[in-house]
Amino acid sequence: MRLSYPADVKIIQVPCTGRVDIIHLLNALEDGADGVYVAGCLEGECHYLEGNYKARRKVEYVKKTLKELGIEPERVQMYNLSSAQGARFAEIANEMVQHITDLGPTPVR
Amino acid sequence: MIVADRKSLDEILGMVADKDKILILGCKGCVTVCNVGGLKEAEILAASIKIARKKEGTDIEIDTQALERQCDNEYVSQIKDSVADYQAVVSMACGVGPQFLSEMYPDHVFYPAVNTTFFGGAVQHGVWEERCAGCGTCGIHLFGGLCPIARCAKSLLHGPCGGSSNGICEVHKDTACIWDAIVKKKMETGHLEDLAAVKPFKDWRTARDGGPRRSIREELVKGNI
Repeated sequence: MRLSYPADVKIIQVPCTGRVDIIHLLNALEDGADGVYVAGCLEGECHYLEGNYKARRKVEYVKKTLKELGIEPERVQMYNLSSAQGARFAEIANEMVQHITDLGPTPVR
Repeated sequence: MIVADRKSLDEILGMVADKDKILILGCKGCVTVCNVGGLKEAEILAASIKIARKKEGTDIEIDTQALERQCDNEYVSQIKDSVADYQAVVSMACGVGPQFLSEMYPDHVFYPAVNTTFFGGAVQHGVWEERCAGCGTCGIHLFGGLCPIARCAKSLLHGPCGGSSNGICEVHKDTACIWDAIVKKKMETGHLEDLAAVKPFKDWRTARDGGPRRSIREELVKGNI
């Protein structure tokens, strides 16, 4: 498809978004990431049954923590798409980068 | 198990506001089981504090560790070589932890990161309820296996009060009237007359009313058996 997405996005592959933990998201932000998003499978279509639901709950937890710390919770997002949706992947990457650009750089430096 | 809730980040950040090197010490006992103070939670707290301090521009160095238990001196002593490296230690154990730590290391500062709430269990994933008040004179068998000391707001021993309505306690709409449940269970099992029995006065000296308590097992005091 040769779709392009912003070079600002650094991809970390995991076998399932269920593998993503709260500490991974927090560590990324602690290390200066302006935003983090988790791209999981479509809801109801997790090969491991509920990995993406677990990831969503973890993202919600981190959002709550950021709010408590006075940082925009929107810096962390959960998206759901299938591996066949290449165009959607690029669209989400653009959307997230635009969103974070609007928010500005992280106050965590 | 002992159930606890983590204090707010604001409160914990306030405790360590003037520190720049701390240890967050988890406990692998009850607080790990109730997902509040194990190693995982210690790491999450450390990352959250670091984020907050980086945001303020006042970096902080944080190490994390979890002891097998913080209510046993043999485990508390495991940090004897490292405790002096930190300006303060934030304990994620129940209220017992910071006290055992303070007693063993009187020159160091220990802060509680959790509010210890009650003895209870998980009724569903993420929901814990109180089941025991540690009154020191257990009579659960007299009440159909349901403890009115811990689960009745007034700790009544002879039946429900006037605040019981449709099985709900007047104290809170989410609190079941345990006396309603006790009576129902006794009726279902055909033992309602048990409740008519006159029971001797409860000896509250074994509860908190008798002051701080102590349990001594002579055979263990003398050595391992």
